[in-house]
Amino acid sequence: MIMKIKTYQLGKELDSFNYQQVQDAILAILENGDNVVLDMTACNYVSSTGLRVLLYSKKVAASKDLMLYLVGISEEVQDIMNVTGFDSFFDAFSTVEECLSAINN
Amino acid sequence: MHRVDLFPTHEYQGLKLRQGRPYPFGATVVGNMVNFSVYSRYATDCTLVLFHNREEKPFVEIPFFKEFRLGNVFSMIVFDLDYENIEYGFRMDGPFQPQEGHRFDKSKILLDPYAKLIVGRDVWGKQPNWDSIYPYRARVVFDDFDWENDLPLETPVNDLIVYEMHVRNFTCGAAAGVKHRGTFAGISEKIPYLLELGVNCVELMPVHEFDEFENSRISPVDGRQLYNLWGYSNVGFFAPKAAYASSGKFSMQVDELKTLVKRLHANGIEVILDVVFNHTAEGNEQGPYISYRGIDNKTYYMLTPDGYYFNFSGCGNTLNCNNPNVRDMIVESLRYWVTDYHIDGFRFDLAAILGRDQNGNPMSNPPLLESLAHDPILGKTKLIAEAWDAGGLYQVGSFPSWGRWAEWNGKFRDSIRRFLKSDPEVLADVKERIIGSPDLYASQGRGIKASVNFVTAHDGFTLMDLVSYNNKHNEANGEENRDGENHNNSWNCGCEGETNDPNINRLRHQQVKNAISLLMVSQGIPMVLSGDEMGNSQLGNNNAYCQDNEIAWLDWNNLEKNADIFCFFKRIIKFRRLHKVLRYEDHLRHRDYRNLGYPDFSWHGVKAWQPESGYNNLTAAFMLNGQYADDNGLPDDFIYVAMNMHWEMHGFELPQLPQKCAWHIFANTGMVAPEDIFEPGEEPILDNQHEVLVGPRSIIILVGRG
Repeated sequence: MIMKIKTYQLGKELDSFNYQQVQDAILAILENGDNVVLDMTACNYVSSTGLRVLLYSKKVAASKDLMLYLVGISEEVQDIMNVTGFDSFFDAFSTVEECLSAINN
Repeated sequence: MHRVDLFPTHEYQGLKLRQGRPYPFGATVVGNMVNFSVYSRYATDCTLVLFHNREEKPFVEIPFFKEFRLGNVFSMIVFDLDYENIEYGFRMDGPFQPQEGHRFDKSKILLDPYAKLIVGRDVWGKQPNWDSIYPYRARVVFDDFDWENDLPLETPVNDLIVYEMHVRNFTCGAAAGVKHRGTFAGISEKIPYLLELGVNCVELMPVHEFDEFENSRISPVDGRQLYNLWGYSNVGFFAPKAAYASSGKFSMQVDELKTLVKRLHANGIEVILDVVFNHTAEGNEQGPYISYRGIDNKTYYMLTPDGYYFNFSGCGNTLNCNNPNVRDMIVESLRYWVTDYHIDGFRFDLAAILGRDQNGNPMSNPPLLESLAHDPILGKTKLIAEAWDAGGLYQVGSFPSWGRWAEWNGKFRDSIRRFLKSDPEVLADVKERIIGSPDLYASQGRGIKASVNFVTAHDGFTLMDLVSYNNKHNEANGEENRDGENHNNSWNCGCEGETNDPNINRLRHQQVKNAISLLMVSQGIPMVLSGDEMGNSQLGNNNAYCQDNEIAWLDWNNLEKNADIFCFFKRIIKFRRLHKVLRYEDHLRHRDYRNLGYPDFSWHGVKAWQPESGYNNLTAAFMLNGQYADDNGLPDDFIYVAMNMHWEMHGFELPQLPQKCAWHIFANTGMVAPEDIFEPGEEPILDNQHEVLVGPRSIIILVGRG
């Protein structure tokens, strides 16, 4: 079976100013029964609220037997995710292509 | 079903409000609302001051309307705040009458005493804006950390091996080899090291928010900036030190510390916090307004009849711990750290103060200590008292315990140190310390688990300095060497400070091994000072509270330089963890009460079964009978320890073992590595089963097994 996947691109930052918009967009994809590949290549800052959006989305996905993958995490963001423990909840890939090929295999 | 109280009733400058809930105090997020609540018995008026993040001027100041007050509590709900972009404080109005104990000043913006996230000192050593109208700022916390299955570990107290450490000192050194030096994340990176060492509990020196610039000055010796490195000076009792988090600049210290606890727990390591409830960073009459002084001075501080600050802490003021409201705050704080951070235990700095009444007099049944001993949430939390204070109260052995409190056993430290330097007056006392200090703890039924044993702690010399210096060398602290303990019971082994003399250096290593041996074979909870396992030196500074530099930072190069010491520590810690007979919970009986052929514990001298035989109170031996310490039906081994603190060699006659058992040698501190200690379980059998020669200033540990 081929997985239904939608890619969503984050902007430069994910924080309390734009979290609602991002949250709504991800939830809409999940509502539609699609898995999410979150392309974070452009993103260099995720705030505390932003981390919670990611984890909440992941948990909503899991409750629907769907996946949420993170792609292209910058070193700054990876650092924040690591020291705050959020990285342990996610499957992450360097590029969208790498992620898709891993999923398809 | 929807709640009917989700609608605002008031509006102020465009913000929607309604009456708040008085409890809990502090700021609490509920959906799109934040509930602010603050207690002050004597304030006449209160204003909530809101800032956008890092902005110098507030964007709104909301008065607490009359209908927002209940009793002595001001509480208000504010709707639709962008809580991640809010900093809040209070202004309090009320009398300024210092002689009556009141110091209200509504020109000051005050930190919430229940603030759970404090910003303003986010990056260690970064100069703040000294003119800020509100330097330490409270933020709202979203307390939804995902702990998964984690909980406090509840390791039996008697199984603990405590490692006392400082967040910065542990990994600030250039050779630490971590990415996030001097932070909670840095400790996370060193978990494999802690596992290799074998400790199962870290005791973190204060991690509550404090000001590293407090009393900051320049060292007269080397011109370096001195900081309040240790942090025994609280700004807030609910918030972690931001600058201890590598993510502090993003205000994520809460998540970073919780992640550290979760990772330590996943590796079987408990976390004890050193907590300082005896005073605050507000100092005396000349000190700054941060919070308590302006919120409700008379409630929070112990005051003399004419309104001055009592100074039982030696730090300018004394928290009024047995005022019922302050007591509640302390209990709330501890519950919060256990509930929200999964902390396993607390070590209370200058805990004797917690037993003083509001006039400073010691009480026989201090209500705060009793509350903590019986608290439901703290029911399995380790409670450890530093059972003295700076006002002269010394309660080692008599700290009110209700069967729950353990103590830092200062007498263990003093006696063992004196014995190590061949003091012939101390053997009787040393014997009490080795068997878990029954003279201090047996009569009250507190058991061995009441005694936290240590030879070194953050206060005083490191272990390597204890054997390298006769006198403290604290000139770099800028107090003309007046600060720090004068009675160290130390001995430099023949030369003050570092030396190239191989005989002196060899003896120092031997003395370090003697000290850790005595600590690990004694009954009670052993506590190791971080860095001692690699022979860390502070160059004779025995009070390095202000040395945020390589004096206090661990030098990880020592791991290689003193590899024999590290190996000795690892093996003797492992030995203790393997042998239940070293970790009794209750005191020994010195009798064969189960008719097993040998008593549970017996003293010996240079002649077996004759404890009085020996040389000038500098020799002694003991034997533990492992049959009394069975683990799920499997008896432990016999353990025999011979101690010779004389400067001459002595032969010790060995007690005869049951048939099919033989003595094996685990450690001999008189030998150089690798003959000084063996891998536990792989100890070679002794050629001579009847006598062992114990060299000058040496300890031999034998295992008797089949």
